[in-house]
Amino acid sequence: MTRLIVSPSPHTYSGESVPRLMYGVIISLLPAFGVSVFYFGIGMLIVTTVSVLTCILFEYLIQKYILQTKPSHLDGSAILTGLLLAFCLPANIPFWMVIIGALAAIGIGKMTFGGLGNNIFNPALVGRVFLFISFPVAMTSWPEPGQWMQYTDAATGATPLALMKEGVAMRPAGEILSEMPSFLNLFLGNMMGSSGEVAAFALLIGMCYMLYRRIITWHIPVSILGSVFIFTGILWLVNPDQFANPLFHLLTGGLMLGAIYMATDYVTSPMTGKGMLIYGAGIGVVTVLIRIFGAYPEGVQFAILIFNGFTPLLNKYIKPKRFGKEVAHG
Amino acid sequence: MNQIIIVTIITLVGIGTAAAVILYFVAQRFKVYEDPRIDEVEEALPGANCGGCGYAGCRAFAEALVKNESWDDLYCPVGGNENMAKVAELLGKEAVEQAPQVAVVRCYGTPEFRARTNEYDGAPTCAIAHQLYAGEGGCPHGCLGLGDCVVACDFDAIHMNPATGLPEVVDDKCTACGACVEACPRDIIELRKKNKKDRKIFVCCINEEKGAVAIKNCKVACIGCSKCYDVCPYDAITMNNNLAYIDPVKCKLCRKCVVVCPTNAIHEINFPPRKTEKTEAVEEENK
Amino acid sequence: MRSMKLKTFSMGGVHPPENKLSAGREIRELSPSDVVVIPVSQHLGTPSKVIVERGDQVKVGQLIARAEGFVSTNIHASVSGKVSKVDIFPDSSGYRRLAVQIKVNGDEWVETIDRSGTLVKEISLDAEEIRKRIVEAGIVGLGGATFPTHVKLTTPRGKKAEYLIVNGVECEPYLTSDHALMMERSSALLVGIQIMMKGLGVEKAILGIESNKPDAISRMQEITRGTAISVQGLKVKYPQGGEKQLVKALLNREVPSGGLPIDVGVVVFNVGTVHAAYEAVQKNKPLIERVVTVTGKYLKQPSNFRVRIGTPVSHLIEQAGGLPEDTAKVINGGPMMGKALASLDVPVVKGTSGIVLISNEEARRKAVIQCIRCTRCVQVCPMGLEPYLMMNLAEKEMFERMETERVLDCIECGSCSYTCPSSRPLLDYIRLGKAEVAKLVRSRKAV
Repeated sequence: MTRLIVSPSPHTYSGESVPRLMYGVIISLLPAFGVSVFYFGIGMLIVTTVSVLTCILFEYLIQKYILQTKPSHLDGSAILTGLLLAFCLPANIPFWMVIIGALAAIGIGKMTFGGLGNNIFNPALVGRVFLFISFPVAMTSWPEPGQWMQYTDAATGATPLALMKEGVAMRPAGEILSEMPSFLNLFLGNMMGSSGEVAAFALLIGMCYMLYRRIITWHIPVSILGSVFIFTGILWLVNPDQFANPLFHLLTGGLMLGAIYMATDYVTSPMTGKGMLIYGAGIGVVTVLIRIFGAYPEGVQFAILIFNGFTPLLNKYIKPKRFGKEVAHG
Repeated sequence: MNQIIIVTIITLVGIGTAAAVILYFVAQRFKVYEDPRIDEVEEALPGANCGGCGYAGCRAFAEALVKNESWDDLYCPVGGNENMAKVAELLGKEAVEQAPQVAVVRCYGTPEFRARTNEYDGAPTCAIAHQLYAGEGGCPHGCLGLGDCVVACDFDAIHMNPATGLPEVVDDKCTACGACVEACPRDIIELRKKNKKDRKIFVCCINEEKGAVAIKNCKVACIGCSKCYDVCPYDAITMNNNLAYIDPVKCKLCRKCVVVCPTNAIHEINFPPRKTEKTEAVEEENK
Repeated sequence: MRSMKLKTFSMGGVHPPENKLSAGREIRELSPSDVVVIPVSQHLGTPSKVIVERGDQVKVGQLIARAEGFVSTNIHASVSGKVSKVDIFPDSSGYRRLAVQIKVNGDEWVETIDRSGTLVKEISLDAEEIRKRIVEAGIVGLGGATFPTHVKLTTPRGKKAEYLIVNGVECEPYLTSDHALMMERSSALLVGIQIMMKGLGVEKAILGIESNKPDAISRMQEITRGTAISVQGLKVKYPQGGEKQLVKALLNREVPSGGLPIDVGVVVFNVGTVHAAYEAVQKNKPLIERVVTVTGKYLKQPSNFRVRIGTPVSHLIEQAGGLPEDTAKVINGGPMMGKALASLDVPVVKGTSGIVLISNEEARRKAVIQCIRCTRCVQVCPMGLEPYLMMNLAEKEMFERMETERVLDCIECGSCSYTCPSSRPLLDYIRLGKAEVAKLVRSRKAV
């Protein structure tokens, strides 16, 4: 008789794996991808392809030749980073900038820390912020939706958030709002912005899929969107001329993409429900602070990176609810 | 414009100077006096921070050496007698000496002698396998071959032999710090007195089961037959729980026990080959 | 089944596939083997002291090893024949332990045992006498923990038992022995529960059954109608059968850390234990046999057998259609908490609830990769611990910190390792940590 296998319990496994989870997120991004191609055409396709391929390539090269470990570039996480990086870039960005972004995302944001599971900051956001600081002009010129065959030569305009920030110094917020796309258009994504962040409805569909597959839990998206809604709501109630209404803030900028896909990144978010709620609330508050009182029209990327830094602290001090109270030892 | 720059410079220089002054006084006020000899001693020690002395690193050991009156329990196995003498000279104390030791692996259950009757698929550390069951070879005292000892060694002195599935000690590199002894969950590794030319004689088995049971699992197990005990002229062997043990200090390396062991459980290392009848006949011919 | 609201515990839990292949199979009396090996340590506590010698003739039900101390139990011959050896034998623990080997000859029983099938409803003994019978009969927890039952029946000073909870949950995949018992011995179970209630001095009892056994719920509801025993259906969720989770689900009380159910006024017994208690008190029969599920996806006849203690596992598998060719793992117990056997020549003991055969394709673990911090292990832990952190700490040997993180609360249910997408051996390291922390605690107490 062949030898029996002996190992400690349990002897059965759920079948969950890292590729299954990563590809699940990628599937949930398909609606947003489709909408994005619809709005931004060939530019979106080029940026996404370059981003995904170079992310995979850099991960493979760094793992094989610099770290000298077994390359895991096809486990889905590099593809996901590539997709998310492409989603938060304008669709008319030159491809060589995308390559630099991918190198920053994978090389600096992920590999220097030791690869998947060890990074402190969200790699896609590290790439994005790297590009934002290095190429501020290219990163703030947004193509108008509908130009399917234009890539780097697309006609550009300002995002709703940028318009609001500039305009509010001189005119009441309500007036500026009336000149902007309607709320329906904002919800559907018919506005200037990064490729993947414009279509709120597509991102929400993706979120529903991820919740159904139990890939993410409700805590982070709800706490981020909730805290932004409450904070901007209070500001708007106090002074509706100075501040735009909360719905405007929820639907514009990179908030939806950030709340659903960036902040929920496993490695860089807290490990307990309570920790996640604090993390989300903090991101929401800092986002609004930067949007309203800071130098930039959009603050989500920085807010998330700041709170990524807080995650280890939240993990150390916020413990899950234990079963049974502690009995004092005699 | 110039005014802003000047004011800024003056403010910052002022803050910096104030901070420096405050820090100086605080550092003086809360200064901890440390005997400067501790630094000297730490410098002289090997600096491996292996914990072999029983202290948390070479600095802690240096402190103990300076502060303790008696050096009875203080010894650094890595530096050895030479190094202890050097430190003793530095501090004007009497040198302590200990017989040098080396780590010895007391199991020879290779796949040839100890059949693997099952396959282990748990986490690859000896600690976890030991907690689970007797092991792939069936002997509950036998080496599990998963390498906790190799991981523990700071000196690259022990390696796993993939052919035998057992660890092997590199005598030259072994400092007898005891890390591998600690790490082995079955106490298979022992620190024994180091002899000239790295010669060793030891019972390569720690199985305490009854002879009939032990031999069923492993052909080279000690079956507690006491033949070695009977033949030892120096009273160096003791029998306990079906197991023979050779005292490394009393043993005079006469090799009598090795020959009588029926299972070849006693190993002799680094000795010249024995003269058998055949070799003697060949030598006669060649003369 | 009357529509009833299903209860469950709130924290954690997983849903492994049920695979109840032997559900509905009638309990078959297993033909005896030629030889039985009865270990002296089949229970939690001190091993028992052997009182027979090589060459002695024994009858079924005869005492062959006596309890040593309070937390120990009596052991009886499960067959009649001659004691051929009192020596160390391999058992399912993975080590060799002292056992009594008996060569089977005939089926002669001790005369005082009532072998008739008639139901004895009247409980004539008082609480103290009940406890004595249970001690004598060597009854231990048959759910798998094998804790001596009489110890649980002795309420410590200062505590009061309010409820008896009977565990008919059987949350482990594959296992169906408790289910079969509830279907075929429901009347005896009723008397057994009443005996335990009397022994404990409680007036209320709840029988918890998972909703994947609707026939058992109906049957037990019928039987217990009009009594102080209520039947409560529970949602199917592993580890619903864990003592602490069961008490939380049924009574919404949380057993404190380091404590026992008696601390919240509850005592929990498995249905098998309760049935054994019926036989001990009403039929004078000691614990010499139990129902064991033998099952596996490729096994010809997944069955529920009534097996004499000490029967070799190889005999059970033979009687269930023989070992399937591709079998790579044989588990003593269920797939979540059972022990993998190194050999099939080990005996069935009091705690053996099932034998599960796993084929090659399902037997091996996947390659381990680094933790991706997905929080699944934290979400599923029924005790509110953080398994990813425990493994990290155990690897770094930071055992004091593990104690602070309440590693001793772990019930070793395996939900964490089950669910980890990186296939990390979380429970392996948690167990290591528990052992080291227990050592720390003991050495602290000794000072």
